[in-house]
Amino acid sequence: MNIDYSQELPVIESRITLAEIDRLIAKPLDEKPDKKFFIALSITLTLLLIGVISISYLFLYGTGVWGINQPVGWAFAITNFVFWVGIGHAGTLISAVLYLLRQKWRTGIARFAEAMTIFAVICAGIFPVIHTGRPWLSGYLMPYPNQHGLWVNFTSPLVWDVFAVSTYFTVSLVFWYVGLIPDFGILRDRTASKLKKSVYSIFSLGWRNSHRNWQHYEKAYMLLAGFATPLVLSVHTIVSFDFAVSILPGWHSTIFPPYFVAGAIFSGFAMVVTLLIFVRKVFDLQHIITLNHLDKMNKIILVTGSMVGYAYGMEFFIAWYSGNPFEQFVFINRAFGPYAWAYWIMVSCNVIIPQLFWFKKIRRTIPIMLVIVILVNVGMWFERFVITVTSLHRDFLPSSWGYFVPSIYDLGTLIGSFGLFFTLVLIFTKTLPVVAMSEIKAVAEGAQPSHNGGKH
Amino acid sequence: MSDKKLFGLTALFNTPDEIIRAASKVQELGYKNYDVHTPYPLHGMDLAMKLKPSKLGYITLAFGLFGAAFALLFMYWAMSKDYPMIIGGKPFFALPAFIPITFEVTVLLATLATVIAMLAFYFKFPFNSHPLHDTLYMKAVSSDKYGICIDADDDLFDLEKVKALYKELNGKNISEVYFPLAEPFRIFEPRFLTLLVVVALVTSGVTYLTLNKLLYITPFTWLMNQNKVNVQSKSTFYADGFGMRKPVEGTVARGFIPYEYKGLTAPVVPLSNPLIPTPEVLQLGKKRFLTFCSPCHGNFADGDSRLNNQFPNPPSLHSEKVRGWQDGNIYHVITNGQNVMPSYASQLSRDERWAVIHYIRTLQKAKNASPSEIIEAKKETSSNVAK
Repeated sequence: MNIDYSQELPVIESRITLAEIDRLIAKPLDEKPDKKFFIALSITLTLLLIGVISISYLFLYGTGVWGINQPVGWAFAITNFVFWVGIGHAGTLISAVLYLLRQKWRTGIARFAEAMTIFAVICAGIFPVIHTGRPWLSGYLMPYPNQHGLWVNFTSPLVWDVFAVSTYFTVSLVFWYVGLIPDFGILRDRTASKLKKSVYSIFSLGWRNSHRNWQHYEKAYMLLAGFATPLVLSVHTIVSFDFAVSILPGWHSTIFPPYFVAGAIFSGFAMVVTLLIFVRKVFDLQHIITLNHLDKMNKIILVTGSMVGYAYGMEFFIAWYSGNPFEQFVFINRAFGPYAWAYWIMVSCNVIIPQLFWFKKIRRTIPIMLVIVILVNVGMWFERFVITVTSLHRDFLPSSWGYFVPSIYDLGTLIGSFGLFFTLVLIFTKTLPVVAMSEIKAVAEGAQPSHNGGKH
Repeated sequence: MSDKKLFGLTALFNTPDEIIRAASKVQELGYKNYDVHTPYPLHGMDLAMKLKPSKLGYITLAFGLFGAAFALLFMYWAMSKDYPMIIGGKPFFALPAFIPITFEVTVLLATLATVIAMLAFYFKFPFNSHPLHDTLYMKAVSSDKYGICIDADDDLFDLEKVKALYKELNGKNISEVYFPLAEPFRIFEPRFLTLLVVVALVTSGVTYLTLNKLLYITPFTWLMNQNKVNVQSKSTFYADGFGMRKPVEGTVARGFIPYEYKGLTAPVVPLSNPLIPTPEVLQLGKKRFLTFCSPCHGNFADGDSRLNNQFPNPPSLHSEKVRGWQDGNIYHVITNGQNVMPSYASQLSRDERWAVIHYIRTLQKAKNASPSEIIEAKKETSSNVAK
């Protein structure tokens, strides 16, 4: 428990050889999935099935099956979309921003976080497509020369969303795959199965661990990290523009882009911690994904949680300082109106509870940590819900005020998105190395030349 | 062994320091075609191998700039030139609103170009048939050993000398790597031919179904096919079977005044043209005349249109009869129709009909002016020369 923070901690705890690292990380891939895996998979597939049924029903009968109506025409779909995109951002932050900041500890968790990014963006991408109720018309969102002679409206935040999310998905996938190429090479060379070997050979593209390749590879990796960093900021900025570019009190706010980005990192880190707690235990990776990693991520959760808390406070300050009665009404209504319960869930989960991470003991105790990060995820979902629904439900005409209640299809779709996410995570843990093998070897002790003694 | 072609000689090392020493030694001795294989990038290896910095960044820069320029110019063209539309009070070239997409396209193109250039151009991937694959050497360097391979095509390569060099550097598992024997390429093997046929059938089948069937499937047509009587459809409710109903007797549509001479043949219509023949009115009349009248009467009202000899030839409007008509009589013919000419009341509004009449009068004047009138015109405009 007594950690000396004046010295850099070793990334990998206890000296394990390079070959041992390979064996440890590739173990889930070498072994056949056990009973527990199938139990977990059947649970997530059930959740996914609930989602599939809900969405099929939606397609059959239209968006009327959801709880939305005037004045709340936007509710669960946009809430879930922003929630999932936000979850994804932690992955890019860990893999790209921490890479640029030369944070070596990121290597243990980067691969997993990147995978999480991709799965979360897949989950997020569902909602803009289905919320129209006519998903086969989504092709019109892409600008292509058509016989109507029309282009999409390039000045619309919803079209920016299409570009931002699809670019984000593509770049994340490419970044992830580039990181995976050397690992596919390792897996190809250690597997005994002929079928696996051909699959790995195809995906490794013939990687040879050549230093002449490594040189360009490192350069490319750095360039990709350099692009992914502003990209992750731009994506959630653009997502926040969906709200901020409108002129609705409660949405029309210049603080939204940084506030949304901080919230995204906050919720994403919470999700990474939630999943890693299980992954390191189940796959016996405690030496590679150490308590120090979780400690550092909890610190980031504390920082971003406080930033989000500052944003909540600042929204109220601006509402008062602007002197705009409509703005003031929205915020008072948010905290003390019919949706006060949602608002206070959000504040307690996002601002108050993460403050426990000031204590080192709590940052390093897994059960407490798990409860806190799950609450953070709940709180961040409610943040998007509060922003969307409370700003809409009491508009300028008191005669048209309403109260949004989700239908079972709203809830079914939300559950289904979690089912999809966890199904993909489970499949990932059994098919690909959850830790970047070649990267973790490079930061192992004694892995880099000492360059001492002037021997060469 | 003699029929095998030597690719190179490999050696393995146990520590990073040893491989750095080996690489700098090999570089020092002047070998060019050699490579170092390590499970992860080693710091200081670029220096030992004297590698020039990677130029990948220039590709990234070029494609990033191209992406930015392309996105911005494309949006400028689409929103300001091809289909200009005012949206949200913004100018056609709304630069701030174009920035998000410009940025995203820049990042997308730069990233894809970097990765594709690296894999295809620098690495020449996919390359699964490289001689080093499937060797014990490759298995070792992808796990925990550090290896060096000097290629046999290097100018300085000499098997014994290189072996001695590796021994001196304390290299382990020194082994020769040969090119794989060229496999005969059996293109007419039945399995391969079957595969080709299957691929061709599947591709053409999927293409056919997609282009001819899938694209025409409308998933749910309830909004389109509703249980209601559409225009010109049959009705089982009304006795006459018509889905479209006639308005009740005496109904006057908004903006319409009933025409009191309807159905009469050649009455003397005492209506006079309410419009003054201003240039705008003549312009309107010309436009409507060219659209609705010229197909039969010809562009200059000579009755010489392209429809001649397909229908009973329409009369020239320059005849004494028509020139002698009152405006009201021409109005009656347009509104009511005459012989095979149908009524144009539904195509031309009242004002348009009067504008067309002004234009017809202009044409008549132009075709049938007397010399004195031309001289008058000359006087008025002070010049008779066509511009």
